[in-house]
Amino acid sequence: MNYSWNWAVLVQDPYVQWLVWGTEMTMAISIAALIIALVIGTAIGVLHSSDDRIVRSVMGAYISVFRNVPLLLQMFLWFFVVPEILPGGAGRWLKRDLPYPEIVTSIIALGLFTSSRIAVQISAGIDAVPRGQRMAARASGLSMLQVYRLVLLPQAVRIIVPPLTSEILTIFKNSSIALTIGVYELTAQTQQIQSMTYQGFEAFTAATVIYVTIALLVTLLMRGVERWTALPGTVSGGVSVQF
Amino acid sequence: MSSFDLSAISNSLPFLLEGLALSLMLTAVAMAGGLILGLLIAILRLSRLRLIAGLAALYVNGFRAVPLILVIFWFYFLVPLALGRPVGALYSVLVAFVMFEGAYYSEIMRAGLQSVRSGQWQAAKASGLSYLQTVRLVALPQALRKMAPLMVTQGVILFQDTALVYVVSLNDFMTSVTIVANNTNRPVEMYVFAALVYLLICLTGNAVASSLKHVRAIA
Amino acid sequence: MTKTEMIKVDKLSKSFGQLQVLKDCSLTVRQGEVVVICGPSGSGKSTFVKCINGIEEFQDGQVTIDGVSLGFRGREAAKMRARIGMVFQHFELYPHLTVLENICLAPIHVLKRTRDEAEARARKLLNRVGLADKESVYPAQLSGGQQQRIAIVRALAMDPVAMLFDEPTSALDPEMIGEVLAVMLELAREGMTMIVVTHEMGFAKAAADRMVFMDKGSIIEIGETKRFFEAPNSERARLFLSRILAH
Repeated sequence: MNYSWNWAVLVQDPYVQWLVWGTEMTMAISIAALIIALVIGTAIGVLHSSDDRIVRSVMGAYISVFRNVPLLLQMFLWFFVVPEILPGGAGRWLKRDLPYPEIVTSIIALGLFTSSRIAVQISAGIDAVPRGQRMAARASGLSMLQVYRLVLLPQAVRIIVPPLTSEILTIFKNSSIALTIGVYELTAQTQQIQSMTYQGFEAFTAATVIYVTIALLVTLLMRGVERWTALPGTVSGGVSVQF
Repeated sequence: MSSFDLSAISNSLPFLLEGLALSLMLTAVAMAGGLILGLLIAILRLSRLRLIAGLAALYVNGFRAVPLILVIFWFYFLVPLALGRPVGALYSVLVAFVMFEGAYYSEIMRAGLQSVRSGQWQAAKASGLSYLQTVRLVALPQALRKMAPLMVTQGVILFQDTALVYVVSLNDFMTSVTIVANNTNRPVEMYVFAALVYLLICLTGNAVASSLKHVRAIA
Repeated sequence: MTKTEMIKVDKLSKSFGQLQVLKDCSLTVRQGEVVVICGPSGSGKSTFVKCINGIEEFQDGQVTIDGVSLGFRGREAAKMRARIGMVFQHFELYPHLTVLENICLAPIHVLKRTRDEAEARARKLLNRVGLADKESVYPAQLSGGQQQRIAIVRALAMDPVAMLFDEPTSALDPEMIGEVLAVMLELAREGMTMIVVTHEMGFAKAAADRMVFMDKGSIIEIGETKRFFEAPNSERARLFLSRILAH
């Protein structure tokens, strides 16, 4: 193997700046998408566990579509297709006036894609709460909304903390796909360093170390959440839904 | 927007089918290679030798911490360097996918092997079978029934992941679709069509997975 | 004299972390002898027999089978284990294999017998326990008593020098216990060396040459069967017997 090492490239201008920008962008789009995914995913997951057959199948269809089309293609659909098919004004605004279109699009695409996966976890978590809990809550006079808010969700969320951790890890990894519509996140920046300097080893090692660090931080954080939310007297651990 | 025009699709159908064939081939090779590598890693990870188990865990956790695109870039860069001569993107991508999927399949295999009751391992050990014989003759055949649906589900995810080879311009289905979309200036038709194709194939895969689950429920 | 010592356990101790589960257990079993181990649950009986063929590891002490000392790892240890048959509480037949395949698995893959040889031997043994017609069914299609008889045949197919039984009837419905004990009794009469962990005191009285009483990880008492039941030496054994025989 014939390769000239130059680790110094990582601390040279402008490459060190690129790495910082890339890391910031990866964090920003991942966290923004995570918020969207949690809000929409919880809503869809709750509705998916409802007794109404029509509501359930509509939510099932949403989950199916978003989980069975590659994220890369979903990014393209939001970026190239949606502005074309939206009626007049809205489409024009998206194409001409939307600020940072590639960043906004990637956040929406990543957020909705992940929302379908979180919906599956939430709905499995609610199903894992014993049937009697729902009946007991209804019997005590709580409204359906209160049953979910006060009884079912607090239990379901605790059950799904471990699988949720893996979804959060996945969102950081999946944010790299934003590079296909022109977002300069971490992977794109290191790829650019590689193509400018030919120091692929150094560039990709930097990206790998940063991703591993993010994964470790998220894992530690979620372990804290798990400990913090654990109910006294119960053993943690719950349903693991793998896909 | 002009009306929906399907001629872009029909005119380039052979080209698109070629792309789809590559995507499916990539999925098949990565699945086969990933299963074999995954089994090997799972066996090492369950080893009683701490060092070996630790190295296997490092492999799995390492690959699971980084994005697949980065792995593809890594191998696209590394494979020609390691071989000392330029090779096509296809070989680099195949290596990347097998290594990456190996990490994910090993987790499925490990869970499957661990789901076999300890009494079964003891009975095999008591009759003089070695660890590898026990895995091959006793544990794996029992675990396979449980693992089959998960393996197929992982295959569906893998099939979607093959779209990422777009970043090294390998002519898979996704790349072919973008080429046609650009050449004909028909992105709406092409991307919606592509979404339907992926949806159809993945839903079929999921149906296979749940029917496998059903088979197990009866047995 | 030493020639007739088939199993010799010398000062065997085992612990899981802080918890000591076996303390200085010693036992010598002569060729053709039947020894029954009894004692309250959690006394370490089951762990003790699993240590004898090395499927449970222990920290201190030594086990000698037919004059050869037992190790845990590698081919030699596996060969040793293959010489001792073991029958488990929950049968542990392989659910993915037919009865005949269950019996022939180890003879083919450990003893390297040909399939024909192994099957011929298996059929002969199946015939002896009255289950010749079951060779191509799967374990889940059999009753508990039938499964345990098959498990005994599976162990015998290895032509073992001794047999270990770990509570072979505890997982069985009462009406099936008899058929399994009958097979074991016949084996004992034919001169098989046996160590049996069981609560079936009727079987013990009929088949055992000596009784071993264990409590809290130690062997409290070893005695000739008749004497043990009539007048146990230790207070703990007396208490145990009065409780178990009261039923």
